[in-house]
Parts: sequence; C-alpha cells; structure tokens
Amino acid sequence: MRPKLELLDRTLMERILREAFQLLESPGVRLAPYVFELLATAGARLENGVAHIPEKLARRALASAPHEFFLYDRGGRPAVHYGADDVHFDPGSSCLNILDSETQQARPAQSADLIRLVQVAEMLPQYAAQSTAVVCNDVPQEIGDWYRLLLVLWYSEKPVVTGAFSGSSLKTMIDLLVEESGSERALGQRPRAIFDVCPSPPLNWSEFASHNIVDLARAGIPAEIVSMPLAGGTAPVTLAGAVVQHAAECLSGITIHQLAQPGAPIVWGGAPAIFDMRAGTTPMGAIETAMLDLACCQVGKYLNLPTHGYLVASDAKQLDAQAGMESGISALLGALAGINMISGAGMLDFLACHSVEKLVIDAEAIASAQRLVRGIEPRTESLALSMFAQAGLQGDFLRLKETRMLFRSEQHFPSSVIERGRPALEGYPADMIGRARARVEELISGYQRPLIQSAHENAVLQFAEHEARRAGLDTLPGLTGVAAVK
Amino acid sequence: MSQELLSAMRQSIMDGAPATSAELARQALGDGIMPLEAINSGYVPGMHAVGEQFAKGQMFLPDMLASAEAMRAAMAVLDPELKKLGSERPVAGTVVLGTTQGDIHEIGKSLVGTLLSAHGFRVYDLGVDVSGEKFAAKALEFGADIVGVSALLTTTMRNQKTVIEALEKSGLRAKVKVMVGGAPVTRRWAEEIGADGYAKDAMSAVELARNLMEQKRHLAPLGELR
Repeated sequence: MRPKLELLDRTLMERILREAFQLLESPGVRLAPYVFELLATAGARLENGVAHIPEKLARRALASAPHEFFLYDRGGRPAVHYGADDVHFDPGSSCLNILDSETQQARPAQSADLIRLVQVAEMLPQYAAQSTAVVCNDVPQEIGDWYRLLLVLWYSEKPVVTGAFSGSSLKTMIDLLVEESGSERALGQRPRAIFDVCPSPPLNWSEFASHNIVDLARAGIPAEIVSMPLAGGTAPVTLAGAVVQHAAECLSGITIHQLAQPGAPIVWGGAPAIFDMRAGTTPMGAIETAMLDLACCQVGKYLNLPTHGYLVASDAKQLDAQAGMESGISALLGALAGINMISGAGMLDFLACHSVEKLVIDAEAIASAQRLVRGIEPRTESLALSMFAQAGLQGDFLRLKETRMLFRSEQHFPSSVIERGRPALEGYPADMIGRARARVEELISGYQRPLIQSAHENAVLQFAEHEARRAGLDTLPGLTGVAAVK
Repeated sequence: MSQELLSAMRQSIMDGAPATSAELARQALGDGIMPLEAINSGYVPGMHAVGEQFAKGQMFLPDMLASAEAMRAAMAVLDPELKKLGSERPVAGTVVLGTTQGDIHEIGKSLVGTLLSAHGFRVYDLGVDVSGEKFAAKALEFGADIVGVSALLTTTMRNQKTVIEALEKSGLRAKVKVMVGGAPVTRRWAEEIGADGYAKDAMSAVELARNLMEQKRHLAPLGELR
C-alpha cells in the first residue's frame, strides 16, 4: 500500500470547486487585452478588463486539458511523468542570492553559482529535473531569463523547470529551445522544459502572464500555473478560502490556455503561502503553507490534472535546525500528497537565497520521503516465519540469504551528509554544514558535462553569441572558452 | 598458477559465493596448485578488497558476512590438504572472544569472530554471559594472544573490567592483549579500565587485532619481563 495524505473530504472539495467556479463568474478575472478576444469569442463576458467566465466554459477547458504528459531529457528520453501520483523534485527557481559556500553568508548570485547548483543537482538522483535556480547578477538583466536557461541546458541533460519574466524573453527562450531540439516540431513532441506562469493574486492575469500562457500553449510547450494566494494578505485568511482562490486562478489559466490550444500540456500548480501577521512575511516553511500546497494539489488531482507545489524550502537564513526541520517536514508531506513536481529544494530566507549545501542536505530529506512513499511491501512468501525457521531464537538474521538479498531494497542508505556512524565517514567533518560542503565538492569533482552531444549544440552556441552581442556582451559568462563553430 | 584462476578466487570472495570459492579451491588442488599459494594469492586478496570496500561504504555487513562464508568454504577444502602436506596456514593470532557476564547479546561479537577468522586469526568463541574467570581460563588453555570482550549494555560493560582483573589475577595479563567493543563502549572507557584497544565496529576490530599482534611481537621481551 502506498501511503497517501489528503486534507480535504469530498464535501469540502465540492464546496471549494463550487465557490471557485462562482468566483470565475463574479467578481471574474482581470485579464490583459491580449486574451480578450479569445475569451469573448468563447462566451465569456468582458467588462472593464475583467472576464466573467461561465462554469460551462471552464469545464470545457478542463475536458480538453491532458491528464498526463512527459518531460524529456537531452537525449529525448522520457524523464519526468506529470500525472497520477508520481512524485518528482526540482531545486527552487529564480533566486536572487546565494549562500556563499565559504562564508555561509548571502550574496548576489553569479553564473558560476548557477553552474555549481546545476552540477550538483545533475549528480543527485533525487532531483528529476533542473531549474533555472538563480538570477545571474553578472549577466545583464534584460537577457537574464534566457541566459539562465542556456546555462542549465548546457550543463545538464535533465528536464528543466523554468520561467520568463517578460513576453519578449519567453520568445527568446522558446527560440533557444527550438535550436536545442532542432525544430519546433521536435520541441513540441519531446519538450525538455516546462515554464512556470504566475497569475497575480487575486485573480489577475498580467500583461506578460497573459502573453506567456497563450504563447506557451500555441508553441506546445508545457506550462505550469504557479498560483500564489497569500492567505490573509492577497487571499482570504482561511486556508479553505485561499484554496478556493487558488482553484479559481488555476481554472481561469486553464481556460485561457486551452482556448489558445486545446490539448496543450498544462499543470495545476502553485506556490501558496500564509501571510504572517506578526512580520508581514510569506513563510514558505510554515506548516499552513504546506497544508495549502497539499490541499491545492488535492483539488488538481480531483480534476485529474498534473500537479505542482512549492515545498522543501525554509525561511531560515542559515543552514540550521530550522532549515532542516521545515524542509524535511514539507518534503515528506509533498511526497505523501503525490504532487507530481515539487519545487523549492535548496532555498532559504523566504525564497530569497539559494544554497548548494542545502541542496545536498535536502536531497537526503527527499530520499527519505521517496522511501516513505514506497511503503511497506510483503517481499517474501511468509513475512517472518521462514526467516525465523532459519535463525531460530539465536536470532542471527544478519547471515540469512534473505537479508543479503533484500536489505538494499528495504533500506535507504543516505550519503555522507547523514551521520550514521559508519567507518566511511571517518575523516569527514563532525558538523552537518561541513559534511554538506564536502559532499558538494565530491559531487562536483565527479561531475562531467553530459556526453550526449546534441546535434544542435553548435546552433545553440551561435544563437547565444548572437543574442549576447545584441545585449552588449562580448563573452558568455559561465561558458568561457567555449565558442561556436562558425 | 594462472592469473585467471587467482582472479576468480578473489572474485568469489568479493561476491560472497561459497559454492564457487570451494569449487575453485578443488580445481586448484586438481591442477596441482599448492594450497598456501591459493590462499595467499587468491582468497586473501579478496578479503582485503572486501575490507577496503566496506570501509568506503561500498559494501555492507551482509555482503561482508557472505564473503567470510565464502572464505570459510574455500578453507574447508584447502585446510585438510595443508595438513596432509604437514603445514598450515600461518595464523595471524589466537583470539579468545566472548560477551561479558550478564550480557546475552551475540551478534556484534560473532561478527567480529567471523571477520577475524576470515582474516586468518584462530578464534575461540566462548559465547555469551562469560565470566572473567572463564575468559582467563580459556585464554590460558588456548594460548591466546588476544582476549576480545564485547558488551551491549552500560550495565554489563562494567564487567569488561572484571575480565581484565581476572587476567591479572591469573598472571596472564602481560601475555595477552585485551580489546573491548560494543555499542556503549568508548575509547575513553577502554583506557579507563586498562584495555589495550577499542574497536567501534567489526572491521576496525580486525585492524585493531592486527595492530595488537604487531605490538605484541615488538614488545614480547618486555611483556615477558612485566
């Protein structure tokens, strides 16, 4: 039996959806002019930039949205399954700061930091996907979005969770992915990247968010709605009320998306949080934030849609017990809820800071969560009797053939980050940060850039050099010494 | 002797495959290979490799026990031939081993015994709940180089000291090294009770036993005088 955690009973679920559909009609959803015609033609009433979406229209969109899809790796192999109760993790996205490995103090992130994060995530099987984890402060802001994606594509073969902060950068990012895939058709058939698109709470699709969700649908590139109600701030204070708002924002996004391209892959996702009434902050490590993620995901599952959540992040500023506790708890909860993609690992300080050491520590929590959801299975014909028949009351189970055959599948073996008293840890630092630091260096020293040579790698470089020159850069930070064959 | 056969012997130990290791031993004898050569050049390197991989966290306790079993199976074939030739495998040392009085926990001590045997020590396992006097009597009877005393409980750990006292009382203390181990045991405790060494796990117990034998060889004249 696979353990599963649900927070909403059927009655509450139906009330949530009923109210969400009502919100779509009244007060409706504020939209950008880019999507007015799409909505109006389909039957939504438009008034002062607000679309009043009938339930019937939203339900039609739900009917055309796919229940599952795959992201592919650089070699074109299916690598992440969005659907059912499959659970995957990726590092948090778009962070401004990095916790410096040496000083353990936050500082603005550089492209070298993103590369280290990508290399470490590449080496850890706990991360099924990469993310464009940090904003590179050594790259001009106007090209930052596609440049982050370039670095991730270059140093990884895993799928990528990414996003664009403007309509124009989305176009460049899609062009970059087309270069990497070889053609628009190839990209549509085997997408490697998924793009987060974020409505602004409450119930508002900004100019660039409206552009992005439509353009992604038309390009056939998977989109992940990241609805961010802040319970008590930009959403009702009650968790149930915030879940209603999340559902309405996702439903409106799916309606726009499916009207633009029926059947295009879309994810019911989010980064909901509570609004802390003492500090005015948005605590990502709060238990209520995790509860919101779980409940929102449950609604998506009820509608048979792929799901996403934002967990495994902490609000601590350092790698301390709070960071471990908050990240570990939410990793377990997210896995138990069967959320298809859980973003947020590695992040600290209300999503303002990334840490490569935290990424390796979080990988241990994720591995424990992955073990937990595998559950307890009867692996032998008799559960214990035949082993007792051999070991008797002397109880030397260690020597049984069953022990040797099954211990690897029964037990998860953590890395050197976790103290288990084994001899291999002799010589490792006694503290967790020290062990995490050593683990990071181990992983990076074992890292090799994926050998699968994309036939289109040179085209990617030429594209990058061209775009970088247009932005006034004469080198490619993080790709020093790499030049396209002209 | 073919490198291929030696390599297969080494691998059979690493795989923890007793049927294969015994079969290879029979094959070696059939080919007229000297048993000692098969042991030293084929099987012993396998046990060393297992120890190294365990230390690196690449092999696990059940694997190591299976390797020890494969070693035992090969030795069961080779030992009688050695005896026929009037020789025997050089013994790394003689160890009398047991769990201290009042304590019935077996597994850690047995693991140490298995690994010591696999690494060429002659081991006399006295079992569990062994008094200090019995340790001393058996050490004398078997001519022990080392007495290994295990304890799992903080309450029974104290009896490790009574073993040392019994060895002193019987006049054996200068002749035998005492090593202690078990979950609650620490290096500091070992020093406090006057033990010669402490091992925190089975594999380090093998290393410790080797070191103690080395010390014993170097200090033998002094030991005799003491």
